[in-house]
Amino acid sequence: MTNAVHIQRSFEAWRDAARKLIALDVPPDAIAWIDDDSSSLLPELDLPDAAPSAFQVPAEFVGFSRLVACFRDPQRWALLYRMLWRLTHGEKQLLQDATDDDTHRFFAMHRKVRLDRHKMTAFVRFRAVQSEDGSEPHYIAWHRPDHFILRLTAPFFQRRFASMKWTILTPDESVTWDGTDLRFSEGVPASQAPAGDELETLWRTYYANSFNPARLNLKMMRREMPVRHWATLPETEVIDDLIREAPRRVEEMVKKQTATKCKSTGSAADFLPPRISLPQLRDAIQGCRGCDLYCNATQAVFGEGPKDASIIFVGEQPGDQEDLAGKPFVGPSGHLLDEVMEEVGIPRDEVYVTNAVKHFKFEPRGTRRIHAKPNAREMAACKPWLASEISVIKPEIVVCLGSTAAQQLLGKQFRVTKSRGEWIKTDFAPRVMATVHPSSLLRMPDHDARVQARKMFTHDLNLVAKALRKMKASA
Amino acid sequence: MDLRAKLAILADAAKYDASCASSGSKRRARDGQLGDTNKIGICHSYTPDGRCVSLLKILLTNYCIYDCQYCVNRVSSDSPRARFTPEEVVRLTLEFYKRNYIEGLFLSSGVIQSADHTMEQLVEVARSLREDHKYNGYIHLKAVPGASEDLMAQAGRYADRLSANIELPTQRDLQQLAPEKKLIDIHRTMVQLKVRIAAAKEEQRASKRAPQFAPAGQSTQMIVGATPSTDAQILTTADSLYRTHRLRRVYYSAFSPIPHADLRLPTKSPPLVRENRLYQADWLLRFYGFKVHELTTPDDPQLDLSIDPKTAWALRHREQFPVDVNRASRELLLRVPGLGARNVQRILQIRRLHSIRLSDLLKLRVPMARAKYFVVTADHNPDSLRIDRMNLRSRVVKPEQQLNLFEVAVSAKTGEI
Repeated sequence: MTNAVHIQRSFEAWRDAARKLIALDVPPDAIAWIDDDSSSLLPELDLPDAAPSAFQVPAEFVGFSRLVACFRDPQRWALLYRMLWRLTHGEKQLLQDATDDDTHRFFAMHRKVRLDRHKMTAFVRFRAVQSEDGSEPHYIAWHRPDHFILRLTAPFFQRRFASMKWTILTPDESVTWDGTDLRFSEGVPASQAPAGDELETLWRTYYANSFNPARLNLKMMRREMPVRHWATLPETEVIDDLIREAPRRVEEMVKKQTATKCKSTGSAADFLPPRISLPQLRDAIQGCRGCDLYCNATQAVFGEGPKDASIIFVGEQPGDQEDLAGKPFVGPSGHLLDEVMEEVGIPRDEVYVTNAVKHFKFEPRGTRRIHAKPNAREMAACKPWLASEISVIKPEIVVCLGSTAAQQLLGKQFRVTKSRGEWIKTDFAPRVMATVHPSSLLRMPDHDARVQARKMFTHDLNLVAKALRKMKASA
Repeated sequence: MDLRAKLAILADAAKYDASCASSGSKRRARDGQLGDTNKIGICHSYTPDGRCVSLLKILLTNYCIYDCQYCVNRVSSDSPRARFTPEEVVRLTLEFYKRNYIEGLFLSSGVIQSADHTMEQLVEVARSLREDHKYNGYIHLKAVPGASEDLMAQAGRYADRLSANIELPTQRDLQQLAPEKKLIDIHRTMVQLKVRIAAAKEEQRASKRAPQFAPAGQSTQMIVGATPSTDAQILTTADSLYRTHRLRRVYYSAFSPIPHADLRLPTKSPPLVRENRLYQADWLLRFYGFKVHELTTPDDPQLDLSIDPKTAWALRHREQFPVDVNRASRELLLRVPGLGARNVQRILQIRRLHSIRLSDLLKLRVPMARAKYFVVTADHNPDSLRIDRMNLRSRVVKPEQQLNLFEVAVSAKTGEI
């Protein structure tokens, strides 16, 4: 004859009933365990009120049972009682027999509850709810554990967040810490959770940036962070984007990597000829691997003009046409420069033209090569060439066209917009001036602005022409 | 630059450090204060690369005076730079911690001005968290080699763990890629820490009120695959670090090619599986009674990438197998492919009660596809007769299972092999 034993859903309730049942010598198969989650038509067994005399079980059984009692399965009470029965009826070493069917299930349940508890300590995410009186915020989280573990896990949060006021809501039960006591109350649905927290943006930023796209391992992520918990984890919002972006980011990394296949040394100084003269430099520059630009450019473009030129014009870098021709300033901006030089009366045959960076930097777009600005690394690597050209020619005047040339010769702090048209005395030339690059005029979309800019450019070059004339007169 | 932009740069710059453990410390919660540490550590999240997010792992700054060629933050790299103030780091840590995003802070930094100046800044963050904010969560600080003894002493008082990175396995490697760093400085820092950690432990035994010093010990990181050093050399270095400096962990980080790398560096990363094999070998050294020289052979100083190092060893020493699970010693059981330390413990318990059969091993979730050739059970195990077959290796390693990253990644973490 089977009887029902009604208990509340807690380890303590089961323990009280089980103690009495053992004292009454009721075997496991004579009873059915009924708790809050189950019901039965069987006649209820009357248990005595008085506490029975104590008996001994291994201490670890009590510890494990406390967790197994939280397992979400009505069968757990019967399993616990059967284990208890066997332990007290001649099988003292039952827990050591990990492959016994009951023990095996017992430990499997224990493992799952322990994992669920662990995941709860990991995945509860508080949201700060600011109080109206400006005091410390109240921190509220909604979490859905797999098993009945709220009471088991609450002390963890009580210890760790002792200084805060917090609430954890779950579908089964809720708990609030007010600074002195834990108070348990009804469970609530997810819709009761607070809406958001501004800190979550920063948290997502952190999450997204600590991820290495080259090591995508989604299986591992989903195994350790099961998707059923994602709804309450703010960072999971960006996962889709991260995964979608990963191949592109890896490709970018590989691109930068292939740049490293170019095997540059970091400085053109490694490739200077033993004797510094224009023809020697012109020869040597084709072997330059000072920066990675040599990889994709057609050739290095060295300066052009007489060895005894009195003026050097320094541009930024060769353009598409210069790269193919191997000569500086042969493209549209070269034509413009020639035009304005003629206008103000600078004789072309007294001018040496060259660039701050000697290889063409570009980004391929379809069949076209779009100009790209050289970076600080490439500029620094290339500087020895320009320095050598200036040291051989020893010009009276150096004109920097554009900010790249100006910063190469006058320092990073130099701003063309602020100091254009001003004469500066330097170690390498008595008169140095910076103005805009002629290509900047070509790129202006607005006609009036273009006319105005050309006027200013002509004005600057006029200063150069005047200085040149004055210099000749005094000589 | 706003806080979010800084966080993006300085989290990105810190992600090359492999360590994210928050375990091994026992800092207790106090009434009315914030935080405690958990003995086994907690991973609060996982990124799509499968890595655990346990700590707020950031750099104070990625400006650096050094030019170590393997490092993305070296002075000659053109990665974007940023710098946190100590207050910003403190605020981020506390706000993240209060929302249960993290177990604590792992703060490292590029070296700015000098080792001492950098260490001072790191210590200030930890001091402020502990003293101004009564924070008892986890703190891992980078120990900057060459910083003064006094600063190290302060760092250890506030931090749970300190780590000085060994970076590369040999002095020659270091000379080649990090000319400004000297192995001797790194070792000197480690020795200093070891002495202080041991002294604090001793004092704690005498009196519970004695001050703690880095209760979670010290760890280090080695970059794998940036130089031609072999696995044998790497493991020898790791083994001697465990012995001489009592390190808690040596982390192996597969070199990952970085933008504008030096041409002395390889342009390809070593297979990730190599990193995992090293972790497996590391566990064998620490928990399975293996010696360094057993893991590789003089002819082949590299670990076998297609099988785990324990199975590789077993295949080289078949004369020791099959092992009778009902009689063999603990030491021998630990050497059986597929038997982890925990299962060995269980087997020792169970066999006192009854003899062990194949079905018992299945219940213990022993991976029988691998283990069955190496064990004898109470019932008939025909596979154990195949131990001397020529093709045993190919039976143990199924081609499609080779280089299964997922599996090795799990085993690298749990140490179960």
